[in-house]
Amino acid sequence: MIVAVASGKGGTGKTTVAVSLALSVPRAQLVDADAEEPNAHLFLSPVIRKTVPVAMMVPDVDLRACTFCGRCAEFCRFNALAVVKEQVLVFPELCHGCGGCIHACPEGAISRSERRIGEVELGEARGHRFIQGRLKPGAPSAVRIVREEMAHLHLDVPTIIDAPPGTACAVQEAMAAADFCLLVTEPTPFGLHDLRMAIDLAAELDLPAGVVINRSGRWDSPIEDECRRRGVPVLLKIPFERQIAEAYSRGEPLTDAFPEYGDKLRRAWAEIETGARV
Amino acid sequence: MKELLVISGKGGTGKTTVVGSFAALAPFKVLADADVDAPNLHLLLAPDQLEESPYSGSDLASVDRKACTECGRCTDLCEFEAIRNGVVDARRCEGCGTCALVCPVDAIGMAPQTTGRVYLSSTRFGPLVHAQLMAGAEASGKLVTQVRQRARAAAEQRHVDLILTDGSPGIGCPVIASLSGVDAALIVSEPTPSGLHDLGRVLQVAAHFGVPTAVSVNKWDINADLTRAIERLSIALGATTLTRIPFDPAVVDATVAATPVVEWAYGEASKAVRALWKDVASWGALT
Repeated sequence: MIVAVASGKGGTGKTTVAVSLALSVPRAQLVDADAEEPNAHLFLSPVIRKTVPVAMMVPDVDLRACTFCGRCAEFCRFNALAVVKEQVLVFPELCHGCGGCIHACPEGAISRSERRIGEVELGEARGHRFIQGRLKPGAPSAVRIVREEMAHLHLDVPTIIDAPPGTACAVQEAMAAADFCLLVTEPTPFGLHDLRMAIDLAAELDLPAGVVINRSGRWDSPIEDECRRRGVPVLLKIPFERQIAEAYSRGEPLTDAFPEYGDKLRRAWAEIETGARV
Repeated sequence: MKELLVISGKGGTGKTTVVGSFAALAPFKVLADADVDAPNLHLLLAPDQLEESPYSGSDLASVDRKACTECGRCTDLCEFEAIRNGVVDARRCEGCGTCALVCPVDAIGMAPQTTGRVYLSSTRFGPLVHAQLMAGAEASGKLVTQVRQRARAAAEQRHVDLILTDGSPGIGCPVIASLSGVDAALIVSEPTPSGLHDLGRVLQVAAHFGVPTAVSVNKWDINADLTRAIERLSIALGATTLTRIPFDPAVVDATVAATPVVEWAYGEASKAVRALWKDVASWGALT
C-alpha cells in the first residue's frame, strides 16, 4: 500500500506525520517527494547509498547547420528559444524539455543535450528504506524528480510518501502513485481553506482520503464539520503544545519524543488499510 | 515603485501573518498574493471582489479520433507521457504542441484551457490582486507573473509606489516567477531544522536572481540556538537580519479570528511585527 501525506497548506506537519508514520509501521519505506525543500532527512539522518542524477532535455543548436529561419522560436510556446541575426539564444530556465524544436527545425540542426535539475538519493534510515528527491536551486520544476523517485519504489512494502505543499503539478505526481491520501491540516481558516483544495484534488484523482489535525485545540470544529460533510474521516489529532513544537525544533521525530504516538499512528494505519483503494 | 516579496522556503513559517500585518501598517500600497497554489491572504483581508478574469496557463492537445490512425508517433515523442492511443491525459499535458507538430495526418489541435482565475478586490487596506490555480494545474509561475503585472498596473493607476507580495513556499517555478525583478525579499524563517535547511536553499535562489534579502525569525524563542544559527547563515549568505518575532499564542487567536495580529492584540508578537515593519520601511533596498 502507498500512502501520500499531503496538505495543501505548507508547514502543517506533513513531514512530522510522514516520518513518525514510517517509524511506526514495520518495514515501511519513506519517500520524501518534496524535492524543492526535502526535510525528512533532518529527522532521520539516513545513510545514502546511491545517487541517481535527474536531467531534462534542452536543445543544442548546431550553428553551422542553422539557417536562422526562426521556426524553432516560432514553435516554442515557452519562449525558451530566440533567433536574432546570426545567433540562437537558448533560455534553459524557460525550457520545458518537450523536444518539439528538434522536430520543428527543417535543417536537423537541433539535437538533445542534457541539463541536470537535481537528483534522487536512495538509502536507509533506522532500518527503513529511504528515498529522497532534491531539486537543484534555480531549476524550475520537481515533477521529473518525483517521477524518478517513484520508479525506485519497492512495491512489496508499506510506502509513505511525504508530498510537497500545494496542489500543483509535483503534488499531483506524488499523489498519482498512491492508494490513499493522508491530509495534514491545522485548525485555522488558512488550514481549512487549503484542506478543501486538497480534498478536491484527492477526489479528482479518485483517491480515498483521511485527515490528521495537527496543533489541534481551539478551532477543530470547523475542520471536523468540513470532514464530515465531505465524508473524510479524521484519523488522528496532535494537540497544540509547546513541548511538541520544541521537540520538532530539536529535530526529534514525534514518536521518539512522545512514544505514545507510535500506537496512535499504527491504529491510524490500520484504518487507512481498510479505506485504501485496492 | 518598489515591490517587497515575502517568502520562506519552508511552508507555514508565517509569511501571510507578516504580510497581513504589513497590510495594516503600510500607509499606501497594493497587495498581491502570489501563492496561487494555496492563497490565504484574502482570508485575513475580507476582500470585496471587483473584477474576475479566467486564466489560461497552457494549451491542451486534443485529438480528432476520426482522423487519427493510431500510428503512435505522438506517444513516442511526448516527453510528458501525456498522450496514448489518441487519448490526451490533461493533467500531464504541458501544452508544448510537439504532438500536433509531428502528427502525420494533422489530427491533433491545440487550444487554451482555463486553469485558474485572477481577481482584483478591494480591502480595507487597499487593493488586492489574488488568484486561484485549479487543483493539479500546470504553469503556476505564469499565473504568478500575471498577478504581479496586475498589481503593478493597479499601483500605477492609483499612483501608489509600494507593492507588498505574499509569496509561496519552496524554491520552484512560482517562487522563481515571484522573485524576478522584485526590489527586495523578506524571508520569514523559523528555528527548526527544516527552517534552517530551507532558508539556505531559498537564499541561494534569491542570490541567483540578484535580489537583496533580509531574514526575520518567527517563533524565535522556541529554539534560541537555532535562531542564532539561522541568523549566522543569513549573514554568511549576504542577507540582512531584522527583528525576530517571539512565539505568542495571540498569533493563532488572530488567525482563527481572520484578523492581522497587529489589529488583534498588543502582545509580544504584535509589537515585534510592528518593529519589523519599521525595519523594512527603512531598509535601503526599498527606499
